[in-house]
Amino acid sequence: MELLVDIALLSMLVATAVSLILVRGLVASIMLTSIYGLLSASFFVTMDAVDVAFTEAAVGAGVSPLLLLMTVALVGRVEQQPRKRHIAFPLLLVTVTGVLLIVGTLDMPPFGSADAPALQHVAPRYLQQSGEEIGIPNVVTSVLASYRAYDTLGEVLVIFTAGIAVILVLMLPGRRGSVPDDAGRQRPRNVVVNVVSKILIPFMLLFALYVQFHGEYGPGGGFQAGVIFASGIILYGLLYGLPSVCRVIPPPVVEALAALGVLLYALTGVLALLDGRPFLDYSVLATDPVTAQYLGITAIELGVGVTVASVIITIFYAFAAHLSEAQR
Amino acid sequence: MLSHLPILPVLLPLLGAPICALLRKPVAAWLFACTVALLTFAAAIALLAQTWQQGVLSYALGGWAAPWGIEYRIDLLNGLVLTLVSGMASAVLLGGRASIWRETPEEKRSLFLVAFLLCLAGLQGIAATGDAFNLFVFLEISSLSTYALVATGRDRRALVAAYNYLIMGTIGATFILIGIGFIYMLTGTLNMMDLAQRLPALTESRTAFAGFVFIIVGVCLKLALFPLHLWLPGAYTHASSMVTVFLAATATKVALYVLIRFSFSVFRLEFSTLALPLETVFLTLGIVAVFAGSLVAIYQPDLKRGLAYSSVAQIGYMVIGVGVGTVIGLQAALVHLFNHALMKGALFMALAAVVYRVGDGKFSSLRGIGREMPLTCACMLLGGLSLIGVPGTAGFISKWYLVVAVADREQWVLVALILAGSLLTAVYIWRLVETVYLGVPGPRQVPDSPAGRAEAPPGLLAVSVVLALANVYFGFDTRLPVEAASGAAESLFAAGQP
Repeated sequence: MELLVDIALLSMLVATAVSLILVRGLVASIMLTSIYGLLSASFFVTMDAVDVAFTEAAVGAGVSPLLLLMTVALVGRVEQQPRKRHIAFPLLLVTVTGVLLIVGTLDMPPFGSADAPALQHVAPRYLQQSGEEIGIPNVVTSVLASYRAYDTLGEVLVIFTAGIAVILVLMLPGRRGSVPDDAGRQRPRNVVVNVVSKILIPFMLLFALYVQFHGEYGPGGGFQAGVIFASGIILYGLLYGLPSVCRVIPPPVVEALAALGVLLYALTGVLALLDGRPFLDYSVLATDPVTAQYLGITAIELGVGVTVASVIITIFYAFAAHLSEAQR
Repeated sequence: MLSHLPILPVLLPLLGAPICALLRKPVAAWLFACTVALLTFAAAIALLAQTWQQGVLSYALGGWAAPWGIEYRIDLLNGLVLTLVSGMASAVLLGGRASIWRETPEEKRSLFLVAFLLCLAGLQGIAATGDAFNLFVFLEISSLSTYALVATGRDRRALVAAYNYLIMGTIGATFILIGIGFIYMLTGTLNMMDLAQRLPALTESRTAFAGFVFIIVGVCLKLALFPLHLWLPGAYTHASSMVTVFLAATATKVALYVLIRFSFSVFRLEFSTLALPLETVFLTLGIVAVFAGSLVAIYQPDLKRGLAYSSVAQIGYMVIGVGVGTVIGLQAALVHLFNHALMKGALFMALAAVVYRVGDGKFSSLRGIGREMPLTCACMLLGGLSLIGVPGTAGFISKWYLVVAVADREQWVLVALILAGSLLTAVYIWRLVETVYLGVPGPRQVPDSPAGRAEAPPGLLAVSVVLALANVYFGFDTRLPVEAASGAAESLFAAGQP
């Protein structure tokens, strides 16, 4: 049964990828990108990587197609025909890379095999002892937020960097973080959209908080929660216009929150330094090691959630500001 | 605090960047960023001194022992790269304020400094870590911030250059990630030391081979090794002056460090040479890079672009050193890694001072500037002499060790080619001298440029002088780069012995 699901999903993935290459309209390719994201998310679910699927569904299928659509609204939906296509050399490079990827699969351990080295060396300790050492049921969260918490700090910094990069590149002249004026305040024209969104948004925000604080027990955590929270805010912004959403959460506040989230994470780690323990060692937070882990993980996940949500909202603001400038 | 020394050169800029983002006044952000960079530099020097005395330092992040947790493992090589990167960052921030202020609009300045600190944190993280995946994470931080920094260049061509760099850099980073994924699948570990112990048993595995090839190609893209250098000239030319100084002096150096780390420590040399004919590949590509880069550099109408192509050539020299595959070869590559940062640092810094006065780096704008800015141009000249490898400069030491290493393998053709490459360098440096000192000044673009003798602002001038004098100093007192490089090279080779 699972084999059939896999075959179905993967053939749909291939079909989507091929049509992505063939299709010329930009809106159509964005939709296909979104479908590709959703299919990947489903594929991750069948591989039991629910946490990854969660993020992929929110970012790959939701937020990034939205940003692409906003870009298309700015630059037009038709691709300029390049003057001349040189296809031979790129095709050769892609073929070589593809062949190398296939060569790489030849001596791979079989998928899901219990003898695979990836399951024999480091992983058993995570699986068997994280219950005692960290004390939470979701092993993925244990690895991300404690054993390899420094990588996760790095990832949060990557997201923060992305936010800074987008503001730097897209900033309108002389207008860092200023709230746009209220002149173009819009109301949703469609009653159905108006009513449904008003019902939907509170639940999205609530669900984000649930995902944030239940990352230890089920799939989820700061990354996913941040994206869902931001989606709620972005939905509001799409329906009621940039000025309205900027009055709820002003741009300078979001920018500051993005930095504060990173700082919350990093300073949780610095507390250990002050006590002479290595960076990000949570044991200084409480006398009982398991409680200390719990406190540490909650604190850093909160930092992750705040930064991710703020950065995505910031990126949305930057795109939306360009869009409303162009419409003026 | 001394036991935390290994983490400080990374942690300081990593904490500094978000704090800097909270400072909205550009001057405050600049003062803060300078403080962070100087503290980072001090920590890196202290760390280098400590590795010199005590050997390898290990630091278990989060208190989890490797391979379950992430480990920082600092040896002489890490210490040297950390010191170099943070030193150049301090120089650029301290001296470059006038140039950043002129080339960046006011509302972007403080975020520019945030991106700069993020780039520093990323590069330092790559140079300090002992964990393959952690290296990738910090590579992403440095890459993303670099794309943003390049995009803030003065005109819209910077956006295209940043976009090209983004595409090429992302392909490189993806290749590295695919490679790390393959070797994780085979070994179950991400710790470099642990990988090094487990990979020798896998010489027959085609998956390990594919992983190795993906990592090497990905790193070479980041390193801008010919023919994967296409992003570099555009990025260096159109980025603002201070970004070019910092990138030219550090980014490719850190990529070379990663190349050496993966091909000598993670994959031991026996594996590396078995999987790929590394010696042939690196020697060939290196020598082609030297000639292609230098020849193109000679014909550039823009000095900044010319120096960018010269960087492609200089990377060739370093890769030749790696390709020789002996302790002295590796030592030569590392000495050149250090010295080239000084040369290009001095050249691009002095050029930034000139650009501050005349508005761009075209040869037509530089005519006769030597009479107006004698001190700045003297710095440029010293940097240029060092680039050629004139005795008494740091560049001579680099070339000397490289020639000795190649001669040691009795590859006389290669020796001749390396020396011929130096002559090509002399050609484009002579073109610079001719324009700057013998040219007749034309009308200047920048209206407020004062006539007659007018040096650059004191900060830019001071840092140019310091970097130019460093080229002379390290041409005589070679202890720091040479001994650190020889210690690092020996330990890289000792690790390779079973």
